[in-house]
Amino acid sequence: MNSGRRNANAGNPNAGNANARIGYIAFNTFREAVRDRVLYNLIAFALLLSGASILVGEISIDVERLVVVNLGLTAVSLFGVVIAIFIGIGLVSKEIDKRTLYTVLSRPVRRWEFVVGKFFGLTGTLVVNTVLMAIGVLLALLYVAHRFEKMDAWVLVALYFIVLQFLIVCALALFFSSFSTPLMSAVFTFALFVIGSLAEDLRGFARITQGVGGWIATAVAYLVPNFSALNVISQVAHGDAVPGRLILYNTLYALLYSAMAISGAVLIFQRRDLK
Amino acid sequence: MTATRRANLVAAAALVFSMAGAIATLHAIDHTRRASAAQEALYVRSSKVLRRMSLGYTGLLADIYWTRAVQYFGERHHHGSRDFRLLAPLLEVTTELDPRLLPAYQFGANFLAPKPPNGAGLPGSALFLMKYGIEHNPGQWRLYYNLGFLYYTEFKDYAKAADAFAQGAKLPVTNEYMPILAARMAQHAGEFDTARMLWRMTYESTKDPQIRDNAVQHLLALQVDEDVTRLEQVVEKYREQTGRLPASMGDLERAGFIHGTPADPKGRPYKLMPDGRIEVQDPESIFFITKGLPPGAAPPQPLHQIEPESR
Repeated sequence: MNSGRRNANAGNPNAGNANARIGYIAFNTFREAVRDRVLYNLIAFALLLSGASILVGEISIDVERLVVVNLGLTAVSLFGVVIAIFIGIGLVSKEIDKRTLYTVLSRPVRRWEFVVGKFFGLTGTLVVNTVLMAIGVLLALLYVAHRFEKMDAWVLVALYFIVLQFLIVCALALFFSSFSTPLMSAVFTFALFVIGSLAEDLRGFARITQGVGGWIATAVAYLVPNFSALNVISQVAHGDAVPGRLILYNTLYALLYSAMAISGAVLIFQRRDLK
Repeated sequence: MTATRRANLVAAAALVFSMAGAIATLHAIDHTRRASAAQEALYVRSSKVLRRMSLGYTGLLADIYWTRAVQYFGERHHHGSRDFRLLAPLLEVTTELDPRLLPAYQFGANFLAPKPPNGAGLPGSALFLMKYGIEHNPGQWRLYYNLGFLYYTEFKDYAKAADAFAQGAKLPVTNEYMPILAARMAQHAGEFDTARMLWRMTYESTKDPQIRDNAVQHLLALQVDEDVTRLEQVVEKYREQTGRLPASMGDLERAGFIHGTPADPKGRPYKLMPDGRIEVQDPESIFFITKGLPPGAAPPQPLHQIEPESR
């Protein structure tokens, strides 16, 4: 990575604006991610899947809209998660391997600024990706239904929840990559994604478990990310409304959980011996 | 304080604050999405589709659906709901994903058939579930027991109940009471004893606290029904002998018909009414009773007997 060089105010580590430095790191992270060919491939795959949904929609009489929304949003979610994990886990290790991290940190860039900047860069990348994929889904929806209906507004809410999901996945990938190898970070993040997708069932299991096991299960159930509340794909595919309160709580939850993971990543990265 | 130390402190504080905030928000989300897991689960009702989606992990998926079924019923029952429309499809999906998940059949036999608020009021669905269970688990006597139980309690079909118990009694691994139940069904004999035996077997053959609690409530109600029937017979005998109704339980005791003051299973003495009927002191304290109630009163139902949070 080449970030920070042009922005650096050599000599005084407190010089310059932290926000500007974070912004610069975020922008460079975004630029590098967009240059990545794998990223383009994944977008192409997502668009392809949305296209496939049109074909499936045509052979699924009377449920075209349902199939397109289900397939399209699921593709957006899964491809986004894959992108988040595979870019997120390499954000720190790649910088160490290329030795560009030392250059960045020798400039007046603090470690926490580096971590936060990376997070915003990756999140920005995913937001752009999601917008592109969402356009594909909406076009597919328009193709099969010929017009948008009022209930299609809930599809936008589902897409917003998917972005919130990415926020948490990015933060987790960055958290694990702050102390682990890329492979292990990918495994940990993906495992948490799967467990988190069943979070409500996990809390159900915890509720019916008694004794010490119950306490441990409850603690685990509340610590793993709750991706199930962020998944309203089936609900909006059936045209069901999403309560406004849920939108508010999910937003708060995603921000707080991401802040928690990023804070953890900062604490670990601050202490990490990079020599 | 150095910049690094300050950054560490801020990060640690942010970690604690955001963790507490996330957990609190999760509580609020759970409250907003009460029972939504079950509802969402049933956007996909086809077990064939679910089998494909599970990538072969059907056992795990069945366990998840089973947990959802228990929570769905428990939470709705706890809140006094009379609408359990998702219970049948949840149990059907569960057992289609794992036809050998025996507790699901037992749960279905106990809570699908009874009328709301004690069940979904779908005896037909319960019967279908039991037959499906027997088809896939022909060696399990409990399923024949559940089938006979259903025929007896919900359909009052003694012949079919006797047949189900008899079939279960023939299995290599069975329960000693199965042939007795089959015989009793065939004779229609001893209603109270038969019902008591059924509920006792239900209690003993499961570890599910909801089913056990339900069985205990029915056993207590049976005790009251039997006591009231017996006491009213005694009152009638007294009237035949003396030409008048007893004024109190003491009259019956002095005449040698009873010993001591008869009391319900909760220890409250039964009341002798001026018209010779017997009533319980607190009709709301014993659920499912059909006798000993004030005229026109409906049998009390246990709206809040299940506490899923404490299980």
